[in-house]
Amino acid sequence: MAEETPLFKVTIDNQTVEVPAGTTILQAARMIGKEVAPPAMCYYGKLENTGGNCRTCLVEVSKGSDADPRPMPKLVPSCRTTVMDGMVVGNKTSERVVEARKGIVELLLINHPLDCPVCDQAGECKLQDLSYEHGAEATRYEFDRRTFPKEDLGPNIQLNMNRCILCYRCVKTADQITGCREHGVMNRGDHAEISTHIHKALDSEFIGNIIDVCPVGALTDKTFRFKNRVWFLKPVDAHRDCPTCSGKAQIWFRGNEVFRVTARKNEWNEVEDWICNTCRFEKKDINDWTLEKPADVSKTSVIRQGHYTANTVKPEETFPKVIKRDPKILLDIHQVSEVNEPDRDISKIQGPATSLDYKKD
Amino acid sequence: MGQKLLLKNIDVPGIRYFKTYFENGGYANAAKALKMTPDEILEEVKTSGLRGRGGAGFPTGMKWSFLAKPEGVPRHLVVNADESEPGTFKDRFLMEYIPHLLIEGVLISSYCLGSNTSYIYIRGEYAWVAEILEEAIAEAREAGWLGQNIQGSGFDLEIYVQRGGGAYICGEETALLESLEGKRGNPRLKPPFPAVKGLWGRPTVVNNVETISAVVPIIEIGGKAYSERGVGRSTGTKLISACGNINKPGVYEIDFDLSVEEFIYSEEYCGGIANGKRLKACIPGGSSVPIVPANLLLTTSDGSPRLMNYESLSEGGFQTGTMLGSGGFIVLDEDQDIVYHTYTLARFYRHESCGQCSPCREGTGWMEKILKRIHEGKGKMSDIELLWDVQRKIEGNTICPLGDAAAWPVAAAIRHFRDEFEWHINNPEECLVRNYGLADYAKPREIIQTTN
Repeated sequence: MAEETPLFKVTIDNQTVEVPAGTTILQAARMIGKEVAPPAMCYYGKLENTGGNCRTCLVEVSKGSDADPRPMPKLVPSCRTTVMDGMVVGNKTSERVVEARKGIVELLLINHPLDCPVCDQAGECKLQDLSYEHGAEATRYEFDRRTFPKEDLGPNIQLNMNRCILCYRCVKTADQITGCREHGVMNRGDHAEISTHIHKALDSEFIGNIIDVCPVGALTDKTFRFKNRVWFLKPVDAHRDCPTCSGKAQIWFRGNEVFRVTARKNEWNEVEDWICNTCRFEKKDINDWTLEKPADVSKTSVIRQGHYTANTVKPEETFPKVIKRDPKILLDIHQVSEVNEPDRDISKIQGPATSLDYKKD
Repeated sequence: MGQKLLLKNIDVPGIRYFKTYFENGGYANAAKALKMTPDEILEEVKTSGLRGRGGAGFPTGMKWSFLAKPEGVPRHLVVNADESEPGTFKDRFLMEYIPHLLIEGVLISSYCLGSNTSYIYIRGEYAWVAEILEEAIAEAREAGWLGQNIQGSGFDLEIYVQRGGGAYICGEETALLESLEGKRGNPRLKPPFPAVKGLWGRPTVVNNVETISAVVPIIEIGGKAYSERGVGRSTGTKLISACGNINKPGVYEIDFDLSVEEFIYSEEYCGGIANGKRLKACIPGGSSVPIVPANLLLTTSDGSPRLMNYESLSEGGFQTGTMLGSGGFIVLDEDQDIVYHTYTLARFYRHESCGQCSPCREGTGWMEKILKRIHEGKGKMSDIELLWDVQRKIEGNTICPLGDAAAWPVAAAIRHFRDEFEWHINNPEECLVRNYGLADYAKPREIIQTTN
């Protein structure tokens, strides 16, 4: 009979939970609930040896354990620090943590452009959430940002290195699920960049999963880029009989048109089951899939926006009222997106736009 | 000053070669150690109070005693010869001029730790030193001091010299292990510590060149006699690489009861400040330790002379003290521009950050850019506060100590030389940096009065 793992009592933000020995502080906090769970940009539960890089999950250990109650002098990464019996941890209740996290968000945003209007990750971006919850209202950085040309990683994936925050999730995913070294990090410091070896294509059957693990918009699905906004789409759990993967996925459709397919994610936004490239990139017909149920989407997620239109009252436009004229358009999406044609004005399309609206007459 | 321990034979012609080294008593201590039990050697090292000479100063005997010893699992000794800290060049001196001392130290240490395969990970730029070491290893093997059944003791040892790619971060012990395994030299998160899970997942001890070399005199004179040299917990002797604006730059073996003032001004050591200038500041332990102005460098907070040892140099914490670090003693005279030096260091750390964790990757670049702006006479007064804030965001929040190493020099420069930063910002037209490299750079400046 296997030996029972001892349970350790750990207190995080004044809430106590008993967890098996070997549990990390982050996992223990997640057991308590979202209100005390530190954010994590690089940690990914499905992968081995992740975490520790982004430092957004730093917490303060004010008591090491019952046996050794001394506090830890430095903030520790909760994703890689295992709990001890009697440990007391401060997350949101620790001023040091709040201050450090704010600083780390500011540092992460140094080289991450806030180009949410043209970024395909808008609405799903974890850095966006992080900066809202823990960031400052403005940056103090006044220098040029680093820039990189866009790079195609194979036929279906595009890398926009400008948005990358070097979380290493995609590198570890590619290493661990494709069985070979697909790509990695080149150069050092703030010159470091994700790339393949001499722009080699990523062609593993499961490589599409690196898009799902990317917390920002650095890796995008070329079959979906600029096709639609996630808050216009309805995510539905669906499955198909796939010889390569489990075939369990989430399909995102508008009307009857499937715009994209992703892996299903849990409440921590981590993939439950890796899916193959065929399911992800090629099965865009609703008849390919057996629909199960509407996907669970957090109440606070922007993805929920627009799904419930009955009896809604359109809010009054305040701009003309305040400035006594219509607002000037500062950004022309047609010029920026490279996809929407100048003669297709989205605001003039009646009802929800689908790709049919963009087809040439 | 007592007899030299590490450099006692350094003036013997040809000491680099096995024959001369052997004729001058070389490998006698290895022979003595091979007749002892590993536990006896460990006890001698513990008794000696030897502290790691790489910078952190952790007790060596204690570190060795942490080494996990599971049955049937190989253990390794890795010598950290990736000496890349600006201002530090003592290990190069040891390896270049008396390589067999290190090899003998590795032999004794490996026997103590039960390592049959040990590595010397040497900085990539030390290409010629690596060749000297390889030559010395070949000599030692030929003479039966390496290989199978060394001198009939039943102990086997192979030493491999591995050249690094020239990345500063590979001097950090876990990044060194990653590099040695053939991977990108990114630091690992601790725990697990190398003593439990190190090279290829096996228990490993990583020690600096000077530390391992110091094991030889410990065996020679005994741990107790070694511990009696020095002051308090700073035992034995220490190599200091002195450079900067001094008359006699070089590598010196010092006793820990030597005062900083005597080290700088006596003819036996640095020989005073070059060109008769006044002492302005010093970085006493390699570029990563806080810079300290002359008045705080020479005396401690109670007015007594500051000594060249771990405790005395760090007396007063970051407010008034600094650290012995790796012993890279950089002296700055009154004409030196602190802003320029801080910018130079920031540029170095930005370049050497591995980029694995966010605060170091982004923060070091930000600090460098702010300092460059001040250095070029385009700074704003708010830049000083910003710089202070950015270094605080980095310090203590990174995976490895490189973040601290980048933050501390900036913090100390602002703390001790804030007036000089303000001067740069208020006087962009007169900013000395515009003249850097030109003849009038050396023109004494009246405005800054920081010397004693």
